[in-house]
Amino acid sequence: MPTKSYREAINEAIDHEMARDENVIVIGEDVSGGAGCEGPDAEDAYGGVLGVTKGLVGKYGRRRVIDTPITESAIMGTAAGAALTGLRPVAEMMFVDFLGVCFDMIYNQAAKFRYMFGGTARTPLVVRAMIGGGFRAAAQHSQTLHPMFTMVPGLKVVMPSNPYDAKGLMIQAIRDDDPVIFLEHKAMYDMTGEVPDEPYIIPFGEAAVTRDGDDVTIVAFSMMAKRAAKAADVLAKEGISVEVIDPRTTSPLDVDTILESVEKTGRLVVVDESPPRCSMAADIAALVAEHAFHDLKGPIATVTAPHTPVPFSPSLEDIYMPSVDKIITAVKKVMK
Amino acid sequence: MSLHAILVPKWGLAMEEGTIAKWQVEQGAEIKSGMEIVDIETSKIANVLEATVSGTLRALTADEGEVKRVGNLIAVVSDADEDDAAIEAFIAEYKEREALEAANIVAAPEPETIEAGGKRVRFMKVASAAEDAETPLIMLHGFGGDHANWMFNQADLAQVRDTYAVDLLGHGGSSKDVGDGTLDTLADTILAWADAVGLDTFHIAGHSMGSAVAQVVALKAPDKVKSLALLCPPAFGEALNHEYIEGFVSAQRRKAIQPFVEMLFADSALVTREMLDDLIAAKRVDGANDALQKIADNALSDAALADLRSKASGVTAPALAVFGEKDQIVTGRNIGGFGGKVETLPNSGHMPHLESAAAVNALVADFLAG
Repeated sequence: MPTKSYREAINEAIDHEMARDENVIVIGEDVSGGAGCEGPDAEDAYGGVLGVTKGLVGKYGRRRVIDTPITESAIMGTAAGAALTGLRPVAEMMFVDFLGVCFDMIYNQAAKFRYMFGGTARTPLVVRAMIGGGFRAAAQHSQTLHPMFTMVPGLKVVMPSNPYDAKGLMIQAIRDDDPVIFLEHKAMYDMTGEVPDEPYIIPFGEAAVTRDGDDVTIVAFSMMAKRAAKAADVLAKEGISVEVIDPRTTSPLDVDTILESVEKTGRLVVVDESPPRCSMAADIAALVAEHAFHDLKGPIATVTAPHTPVPFSPSLEDIYMPSVDKIITAVKKVMK
Repeated sequence: MSLHAILVPKWGLAMEEGTIAKWQVEQGAEIKSGMEIVDIETSKIANVLEATVSGTLRALTADEGEVKRVGNLIAVVSDADEDDAAIEAFIAEYKEREALEAANIVAAPEPETIEAGGKRVRFMKVASAAEDAETPLIMLHGFGGDHANWMFNQADLAQVRDTYAVDLLGHGGSSKDVGDGTLDTLADTILAWADAVGLDTFHIAGHSMGSAVAQVVALKAPDKVKSLALLCPPAFGEALNHEYIEGFVSAQRRKAIQPFVEMLFADSALVTREMLDDLIAAKRVDGANDALQKIADNALSDAALADLRSKASGVTAPALAVFGEKDQIVTGRNIGGFGGKVETLPNSGHMPHLESAAAVNALVADFLAG
């Protein structure tokens, strides 16, 4: 099977859907780049800040790959309104940290249209944004804010942890009739993996069990799923058998797969890169405590960032992020 | 005793290199054949290498964490009193050969794609290393499968002939446009593909629906088809388990497909999560499930299979039929006009080429050798 990067997988998914459905448009700052400039380098100068939408303007033109001024509220308002008219916008917001500027359009408008118009309105909108630390990008460009979107009814929230999932989940996101927040980890764009050339979907609300185990269940999101897998490799050599679950979407959440796994292992560690309060780690710990308490052999552990902004100092940022070592320590703690 | 090399093994067709994860034994240790000596990881699988000889582990030539190519030397076994210089010379000789090989690396085979009869067809070719290779073998998988179903057979059967495992229309990496979804259409595409890759004559090994396609190819092109090896042929069973077909097509999730996939094997423990994930992923490719439904309705209807059975005596090429004693998909026998040899494997269900790979490889190799 062909090997592609996370970046290429997302690009290919958008490309497939733009070819398949002329209502799919891409909108955002520098999604092609060079609009309004002249010369041979003007067209497709950027393809998004990290090159994810590179090449699309050449195939689909500036009517469907729309560069905007630097104004998140205009991008999001345009995209949400366009979705209501039947277009399927893929809005690139660069860093998830910037969504505060246009949060009203997301949580109070797009998320509510279908509900408030009695089910007659559809909002087929994809909001792409980068999450995650480890990029030395400081406190305003390094956050992992999926819990803020997950708690809003009416939004679907997707966080792929590998190239294969990124493509299938993006195609599903574009075909979905509800607003989808699609969160790409910026440190994973160059990660490669096997990705089929054909279009395919991965349904929302279906966790991937990426490793089977008997002793401990680890639930981990986005880049943390990769770190959990590494921790599981190390622990396997020490005789601790770890099951790793990557929920892939936080809303809808595949609670059944998590509960079934905990029923088998009796132990749970949740790993997430966002701060600990009101987080997915807290949410999943609560769900398991509520629905699988009698299966648990001991207390649940969580491995998260601390309740602080992301530090700019590289050495502090490394300490801030959940690491393989911290995951191993947590697993050993719940094994006692 | 002489010097024995311990090499990085090849686990599966795609393995090119492995990481030495952990040595279970130290230099100087006495090892016995069958003892676990080193953990090796690949991108697909982690496994333990067992010693195949007994003796003293005189040298470890790979550190933990080191990535080594398949066939690279990782340890030397000999007597405790073997001369150090002889061991060093032995290692030096290997290193020289490995350096030479590294300069001429042959990558693991990758499937190829070609246009045939207006359709995209993907296939895996494993070429024979023999100087005078015999007539090539085409391998056709069953309903819902792909060329990788032959992963335990293809390399083995490629010793004396080129082998081509082809993805049938609607399956694997081949086009999802299956036309009317009949055996005729599937067979026409195989013939067009054989023309496109330049195969004038060939043997065919087919599994389940692939064996039905093979029969139709033989009826259409008797001059091209030298023999037919049919595994679990539905045309010669008493009944085809339609509950299985319907369940396989309608299942959308891993847990839903599991009971049906388990029906394929005599030992359902062979069904892994990865196998189910791969099957569901293949069904989620655009157009894949509609293609399967169309094929199920047209190629695998009782009428289509009865028609094929009635024409069985029209196949002139030598034929072999292999059944699994515990097959739950093609049950009973209705051999009709089949004039070939019939074999039954006692410990197999519907997937003898996976469940009893060595036995199937031997049966097919003997049959092809005449």
